[in-house]
Amino acid sequence: MGLTTRPAGGTGTVVSYEPQSSEGWVATKLDFLVNWGRANSLWPMPFGTACCAIEFMATAASKFDLARFGMERMSFSPRQADVLICAGRVPFKLAPIIRRIWQQMPQPKWCISMGACASSGGMFDNYAVVQGIDTIIPVDVYVPGCPPRPEGLLYGIRMLQEKVMRERMSNTARLRREMEPDPTSRLFIPPPAIDELSEPFGNSVNQTRSAL
Amino acid sequence: MSTGLAPASETPPRIVYPGSADPNAPRPVTPTGIPHRGGPENPSAAAIRAQFPDAVRRVDVVWGETTVVVAGDKVLEIVRWLHDQPLHLYTYLSDVTAVEFRDPEEPIAVVWHLRSLAYRRFLRLKAEIPPGAPLEADSVWPVFKGADWLERECYDMFGIRFRGHPDLRRILMWEQYLEGFPLRKDFPLRGRFSRAEQLRQALAANPEARYSMEELSIADAFEDLPPSMRARLKGGEKTGE
Repeated sequence: MGLTTRPAGGTGTVVSYEPQSSEGWVATKLDFLVNWGRANSLWPMPFGTACCAIEFMATAASKFDLARFGMERMSFSPRQADVLICAGRVPFKLAPIIRRIWQQMPQPKWCISMGACASSGGMFDNYAVVQGIDTIIPVDVYVPGCPPRPEGLLYGIRMLQEKVMRERMSNTARLRREMEPDPTSRLFIPPPAIDELSEPFGNSVNQTRSAL
Repeated sequence: MSTGLAPASETPPRIVYPGSADPNAPRPVTPTGIPHRGGPENPSAAAIRAQFPDAVRRVDVVWGETTVVVAGDKVLEIVRWLHDQPLHLYTYLSDVTAVEFRDPEEPIAVVWHLRSLAYRRFLRLKAEIPPGAPLEADSVWPVFKGADWLERECYDMFGIRFRGHPDLRRILMWEQYLEGFPLRKDFPLRGRFSRAEQLRQALAANPEARYSMEELSIADAFEDLPPSMRARLKGGEKTGE
């Protein structure tokens, strides 16, 4: 790269900032580098409740191969996930559970709502089904279809990757602060304690365990 | 629970059914030409009528399946008799459900689906609940332990209380569900509350409080657990976290 040492014979090693040649230089923004890394290794947390999950499995299998986009690592623990893929209808009985899963995911996190039921309740406009998971958790990409074909889900994932690439670290409003921890819960740990216990974690300023 | 097996003299002869593993068994034939109404009824129906002449209201045969409409207070007795009799041996309870009709004279009926594996018979028992009467029925849990969840589902969806059920509470909807019984005819498809209220109530539920001590069968066995495990459970084990 641009940091080279003088040829041997000089007095010690001196770092020079002069370009020695035209090759080996990368000029970039830190945002781009971080986003590039994030967008190409999104770890999905599959939340499959219905037939959309079957299409999701097909997407992850060899024919469509989600691994091409850096998502080969299915994270079945929300603690190690970047993107929640909600595939299928969510009944009201699951609403507090998917919200808990979302709250357990560390920042930065994204959400894909896969299929008509997850996006809007679909044809289940009845007493038992949540009318769109965006009434519970924020959604970045809605994938239409009943169920969407794997190509549709891959298109949604590419859209999410483009969205991640456009993010700016200086924009702190991007951080998701909708989490409302319940201090009366036995499971509650204060966010500073979580950060202190879990350091060091991640490689960016926004990536903390407490997700705050 | 007694199996009710009779002495050897009453044991019926071994029957070779079509398609069974016996080398002399005839080939199984798909029945054809079954009438919509009528036709040969299940021989158990006549036996019930002979044994409980006051309890049987009527016997219907629809598409070859026999329905015996019986008095609601005799259901447990009849089911136990069908289960124990060596000539019937209805040892498998397929389903317990209910039907609501838009009929003021016959508003709702509870249905039991029984199957005799030994004799390859299917029998449907029905008990009509008269209008104005409380929605109650006898639990067949003393005979079939598997009726536990079936009756809970029937209670959850129709609001029928089963007398003698050990733990009658909702099974599909959450236990704090306040909107009523969803499969009743007067229940609106989208529920009684607004979407916002439904969502608020759903999100107010604690996901950790989903499983009761009874459900995990810990309550009974709690004292038998090793002390370390007892301490862990008493302090609220952080499961699923």
